[in-house]
Amino acid sequence: MSKLMSLHEAIRDHIHPGDLVYASGFTHLIPFAAGHEIIRQGLRNLTLARATPDLIYDQMVAAGCARKLIFSYIGNPGVGSLHRIRAALESGELEWEEYSHFGMISRLQAGASGLPFMPMNPTGAADLAANNPNYRQIADPYSGAAVVVVPPLTPHVAIVHAQRADQQGNAQVWGILGEQQLAAFASQRVILTVEEVVDQAVIRSDPNRTIIPGMVVDAICHVPYCAHPSYTQGYYDRDNEFYMNWDQVSKTQQGAQDYLDEWVFGLPDRAAYWDKLGSEVHHRLKPGDRFSQPVNYGAY
Amino acid sequence: MDKSGYNPQELMVVNAARLLNDHDVVFVGVGIPNLACNLAMRTHAPNLQMIYEAGVIGAQPARLPLSIGDPTLVTGATAVCSMYDIFSLYLQRGNVDVGFLGGAQIDQFGNINATVIGEYKHPKVRLPGSGGSMEIAAWANRCYIITPHQKRRFPARVDFHTSAGFLSGGDARVKTGVRGGGPQAVVTNLGILTPDDNGELVLTALHPGVSFDQVYENTGWSLKQARDCQVTAPPTEEELTILREKLDPNRIYI
Repeated sequence: MSKLMSLHEAIRDHIHPGDLVYASGFTHLIPFAAGHEIIRQGLRNLTLARATPDLIYDQMVAAGCARKLIFSYIGNPGVGSLHRIRAALESGELEWEEYSHFGMISRLQAGASGLPFMPMNPTGAADLAANNPNYRQIADPYSGAAVVVVPPLTPHVAIVHAQRADQQGNAQVWGILGEQQLAAFASQRVILTVEEVVDQAVIRSDPNRTIIPGMVVDAICHVPYCAHPSYTQGYYDRDNEFYMNWDQVSKTQQGAQDYLDEWVFGLPDRAAYWDKLGSEVHHRLKPGDRFSQPVNYGAY
Repeated sequence: MDKSGYNPQELMVVNAARLLNDHDVVFVGVGIPNLACNLAMRTHAPNLQMIYEAGVIGAQPARLPLSIGDPTLVTGATAVCSMYDIFSLYLQRGNVDVGFLGGAQIDQFGNINATVIGEYKHPKVRLPGSGGSMEIAAWANRCYIITPHQKRRFPARVDFHTSAGFLSGGDARVKTGVRGGGPQAVVTNLGILTPDDNGELVLTALHPGVSFDQVYENTGWSLKQARDCQVTAPPTEEELTILREKLDPNRIYI
């Protein structure tokens, strides 16, 4: 059975109210189109996990999708605060569980590797651990020295965006790799969105670039420009203007709601969203070319 | 601004850049630290290596990066790795010489709060949180903090230890078993604070035209002045020209 389906079908079939969802991507490849589709389908009570909640979760929190947030840095990167999340945390509406980046990613590493916990060296900063019982200290069984451990994170669903994949879901990524691979392996179900669905021969021509194998992927969705206002290396640039504008738009719940009404509820899908952004934005975000040198795998 | 003068941001960038050595491997953030590294590379530290928590090593950004994950960091870099790898293979393993840190509060012992003002469970002001800074502060060989000098930013004790400086002073940091040397300097728009033998930040340099009283009044503890307190050399024509014409021509950070 082909795993190719529309993003609408993938979200409908694979994400349920109350699920723990990890939409991955560190600044790069953030699957905004999937966040918008979750909002459109009215999913509620989700636990949203991401190292950097970014605008995607600020929008989902504003839309009322989230019960709880798991994170390691809640800022608008390069701009300032995530106003909707910050307001929800300060008012106590939103539960949260907090880590440092390394603590968060170590939880995914444990989940992705099937391990009971991941050890980390001590950092001397005790306050986060004092407020989050998932941080524990144990003795290194060999030296007796203290190590800090965190338990596995095993989301119900990961949403991962990639430059390209074949119809089996063998996905290739270049540029910032973030926690893409770990999120996919740690999760029970994986929705893969891609800029391009390519013939398997393309994937096989460069197997070292494949970071997610089709065997862990449940749904493949062809969603060009899925990551805007984040970006996809080589395809379109990060829309820094959007990130700066969101700082103003999201200052009030009404501002965020107006945005969602116009750009999420008012549109059927990502193709319509990209079209609505218009040619000036398309042109502004189009990068020039810079190709890598091909490598010779050898014919054996 | 005419070329004989300079603003507080330029003063901080220039003084931070001078703390970097040739061949240093630096864990960089966007904004002022990124400018400081690029300035050092174009002056006295051509072999400095910039690595970013997004997993980019040996970046050569062709434009000013506006976020920690800007695609310009990747194009032309020497390597890209996953987030787990950058924090484990590079930082935890001890391959990073210098980390830059910032935060809402920095205390007498160089501890940083970037998490919360008020009570953690009932935040008065919720800040972004650690990101990479908990581990950078612990595991980089040297850490530098660049921040404007205001009393509210320099309390005697931070509300929350997001990352460890010298904790309560003395051997408190060493006892926790962290590998890095901790904060080595705090560069502000008024001068430079460095830790004394007890880990307490003391004033070791004033910028030209600044008095000790001015710094004292803007610090939340009884700041001490080192006996051999220096005056920093003003930014040079060359440093300012590189900053203004090459690194941040649109004056986003300076």
